[in-house]
Amino acid sequence: MSFKDLELNMGPQHPSTHGVLRLKVKIDNEVILSIEPVVGYLHRGMEKLWESLTYPQIMPYTDRLDYIGAVANNFAYALAVEKLAGIEVPKRAQYIRVVLAELMRISSHLAWIGFQANDIGAVSVLLYGFEDREDYLDIFEAYAGGRLTINALRLGGLPFDLDADLIARIRATLAGLPRRLREIETLLDENRIWKHRTQGVGCISAAEAVDYGLTGPCLRAAGIPWDIRKDIPYSSYEDFEFDVPTSDRSDVYGRYQVRMREIRQSARIVTQALDRLPAGEVLAKVPRVLKIPAGEVFHTTEAPKGELGFYIKSNGTDKPERIKMKSPSFINLQSLPLMCRGGIFSDIVGILGSLDIVLGEIDK
Amino acid sequence: MSDGPTGRPDLDAAYAALAAHAGDAVLGAVFAKGELTVRLRAAALVAAVAFLKAERGFAALSDMIGLDNGPAPGEGRARFTVLYQLYNRDARLRIRLAADAEGEALPSIVGVHKAADWAEREIFDMFGLRFEGHPDLRRIYLDPSFEGHPLRKDFPLQGRG
Repeated sequence: MSFKDLELNMGPQHPSTHGVLRLKVKIDNEVILSIEPVVGYLHRGMEKLWESLTYPQIMPYTDRLDYIGAVANNFAYALAVEKLAGIEVPKRAQYIRVVLAELMRISSHLAWIGFQANDIGAVSVLLYGFEDREDYLDIFEAYAGGRLTINALRLGGLPFDLDADLIARIRATLAGLPRRLREIETLLDENRIWKHRTQGVGCISAAEAVDYGLTGPCLRAAGIPWDIRKDIPYSSYEDFEFDVPTSDRSDVYGRYQVRMREIRQSARIVTQALDRLPAGEVLAKVPRVLKIPAGEVFHTTEAPKGELGFYIKSNGTDKPERIKMKSPSFINLQSLPLMCRGGIFSDIVGILGSLDIVLGEIDK
Repeated sequence: MSDGPTGRPDLDAAYAALAAHAGDAVLGAVFAKGELTVRLRAAALVAAVAFLKAERGFAALSDMIGLDNGPAPGEGRARFTVLYQLYNRDARLRIRLAADAEGEALPSIVGVHKAADWAEREIFDMFGLRFEGHPDLRRIYLDPSFEGHPLRKDFPLQGRG
């Protein structure tokens, strides 16, 4: 039997597609001829729904987009509405938001490393990644009660202050982080199988990465040091010192290296924010019924998966005229066929995993 | 300060260059909340996007946004508008282009920005706007048998049937 020009179907229920993603793959024996991602299985019509809700009501819906990094969604949405309505967020709330967002990034990247290694066959790394992530979910639970869909932010600031107990707990968790990262790196960095499955796999050039609109760790792994926290700072990110890790490898291994370094930078930011936490309120005075004069904004943030932002058009009422979410996973997934060109079939799961997509925010 | 619409010399220089390139295809510019929006005639869109990419460093397309101005948008206003968010990463500039669809169609910019491929399919799916020159214009989220375009203002919130 010949396997020339065979069309295979991966998903929508394939375990390594991170949700419900279908890939139509054409192969010539082991070699990939073409890939076509098919999305929409999780489409809930969020943007239509939001047009019928008031601005504060929309906040908990954003948790359900990128549910591995829920706070990042809350954050981007809150910033866009605040910019549109001209709400000034107290300095203390800005710092605590940064703390929460960076803890979310650490948690999201730890989940990613677990999933990614598991997809490639290193099941034990999944357990390390998820054990470490658990500590961060516990922090969110102690802060706002939720672990997955946290609804941690409010328009104008935060629902709760950080108390001394929680600050001590965050510090203790971060103190244990370097040892845990070293454990994962000991398992993977020089692992022959890991290197064989990730090095030189899923390459994309810097020019292609820009043309395809890649953002986040995937763009930085192609050698472009673009990080919105650094380049167009928001919520007081300009107050903190941190590096933007990049890699010139532009392969799956490079994306792994970038994310591991980003975790350390996030820990650095959290420590600085806690050290210099200003005193004061954590919630600005926002009218109970928030009516926003006609206008439009497009505000983006650096989420764990890339550039996440919201376009909001207001019409003077308490409900938006239109909201469009700029979802990093949606744009990043477009480059999968390019990254897979000329590769072999078994590389697909590794390359797909390296993009760090979440179908909740792709399908919206 | 600078005399242009934004008062920011770097952004005004980009706007002036675009206005000089596109001539009377530029219908106006609005600067609000730190964001510059330039309205263009649809016919000049592809050339303008290519010019901004090649000559002014706006190499990245961040997002495309479809807008429905309502079934009765009013005198002189088009029903559908599409916004293009572009980045110049080296200069840390953002610019937003706006073009009204004529006869529910717009020229495709996939030839200039590959990132526009899925973005245009999404707008086609949600608003029913055709992008002339798109290599593979199909619905992206909904099933091909689905009738209607959900983000149109006259599409009922709870669906049909």
